Amino acid sequence: MIAVMKKELKSYYNSTMGYIITVVFLGLTSWLFFKTFFLYGEATMRPYFNMLPVIFMLFMPAITMRQWAEERKLGTIEVLFTLPLKDLEILLGKYFASILFLVVILVLTLTIPISIALIGSPDPGEIISGYFGAILLGGAYLAIGLFASSLTSSQIVAFILGLLFSFVLFIVGESFVTVTLPPAIAPLVRYFGLGYHFDSIARGVIDLRDVLYYLTVIVTFLYLTYIVIKERR
Amino acid sequence: MIEVRNLVKSYGYIKALDDVSFEVRRGEIVGFLGPNGAGKTTTMRIITGYIYPDSGDVLVRGKSVVQDPIEVKRSIGYLPEDNPLYDDMEVLEYLQFIGEARGLKGSKLKDALDRVVTTVDINHVVYRPIGELSKGYRQRVGLAQALIHDPEILILDEPTTGLDPTQIVEIRSLIKDLGKEKTLIISTHILPEAQATSTRILIINRGKIVASGAPEELTQLARGDHSIHFVVKIGSPEQVAGILDQTPWIEAHTYRIRDNGEVEFVIRPKGGEDIRERLFLLARENDWILLEMWREKATLEDVFLSLITEEVPS
Repeated sequence: MIAVMKKELKSYYNSTMGYIITVVFLGLTSWLFFKTFFLYGEATMRPYFNMLPVIFMLFMPAITMRQWAEERKLGTIEVLFTLPLKDLEILLGKYFASILFLVVILVLTLTIPISIALIGSPDPGEIISGYFGAILLGGAYLAIGLFASSLTSSQIVAFILGLLFSFVLFIVGESFVTVTLPPAIAPLVRYFGLGYHFDSIARGVIDLRDVLYYLTVIVTFLYLTYIVIKERR
Repeated sequence: MIEVRNLVKSYGYIKALDDVSFEVRRGEIVGFLGPNGAGKTTTMRIITGYIYPDSGDVLVRGKSVVQDPIEVKRSIGYLPEDNPLYDDMEVLEYLQFIGEARGLKGSKLKDALDRVVTTVDINHVVYRPIGELSKGYRQRVGLAQALIHDPEILILDEPTTGLDPTQIVEIRSLIKDLGKEKTLIISTHILPEAQATSTRILIINRGKIVASGAPEELTQLARGDHSIHFVVKIGSPEQVAGILDQTPWIEAHTYRIRDNGEVEFVIRPKGGEDIRERLFLLARENDWILLEMWREKATLEDVFLSLITEEVPS
């Protein structure tokens, strides 16, 4: 598993794609955040975390889109699956590589809380909880993206499918969808929303139910991916 | 070493493999020959554990690829069709990854890398990205990948396809060297290739094994070991044909009239005897003007063609 993970990480930084994703993500989120930060004059990172469910929806499928699609297109998937490794090891190797890539990006965003701390006194609990939630949220999107990538040999299709799946799972939890539903089932549908569970974490409240929700999404989509790579050989 | 037992594999309606069984003994170099789409790649993919058979099994050194795929994969080095490689990786990076994934580390990994890089002679390109390499070098990198864990068994799927003649000769001689200490299965759709490299040839067609044997043995399969071509200048070929019909030591014959009026007979002797002398005397007796006469051996090509064209889809 470690060998596959190392190889995947190397491939992020061997191609310009890895750098582009990192730089654009940092640039875009910092700009969006600081655009309004000084208007409110509040030393909090909450607005930053609040935009992550939407921003991640665009960026996470870009991180995972090549992971299976490219192996299929090049045919290297045949080399990969004739190595003495279990399918699960290969799958997890790829998944954890994408998680590590996300962690590197998040570490680079630490300049934001540091700058805030220099000019004010933000709540450290809220920031720690926000980063913890960001990894869970990102992890869920990455599992969805990995699943999308396993379905096709085209990176573009993988990206769009990943975006689509994420969007569906995100939108069901948003209030403008749930208000249209009968009140009896609205809370149930909202519970499936990817962003809904992030709101309280971004406020600094780590609820076990939210954590379990993200872990369930991750395990479900990794399992679906596992089935796809077994069946499509 | 390798026991392939009753493999069946379908893709949708198409039966890619229909009860394929064969055995490969230690030290053999088996040429796996058949037209495109015959089932060569499917068979190799099942042996290497990449795909699963619908039914049947493969035993590699006594271990089942269905029950114990990891153990089987350990003892096999595999070069898939079209030699897929990660273009954005450097050669050494790639080989390192394969080595690590195969459980090599530290000094063992370093020794293995040194060994394969020398064996396939890619010392001077190890820091180049794979995408920049020529086809010949890519093929060497693919072979290095298959050799890194020093496997007892090597399975190469069309290893010379797409190479230029010089590269083909180089890769073939490499394969010959490897064959001295390893058990090999090499697939190809080109007959001379199988003839040049293997100690035994397996012919597969439409998902079935249709022949197996040493190249010379297979040649024997050709009906009538050889035929005599016999060119005469004559007014009426029917008359000659009539006489040939009555000759006891001739089994069969045909003729065609050349553009310049000469008639070429193709004669198959009974029991494969040498009948050139008797044919000459026969010509003198009947005052045929004999222009040419030569003997043609049935080639493996004839056998191959007759084997794969005989069966008509029902």
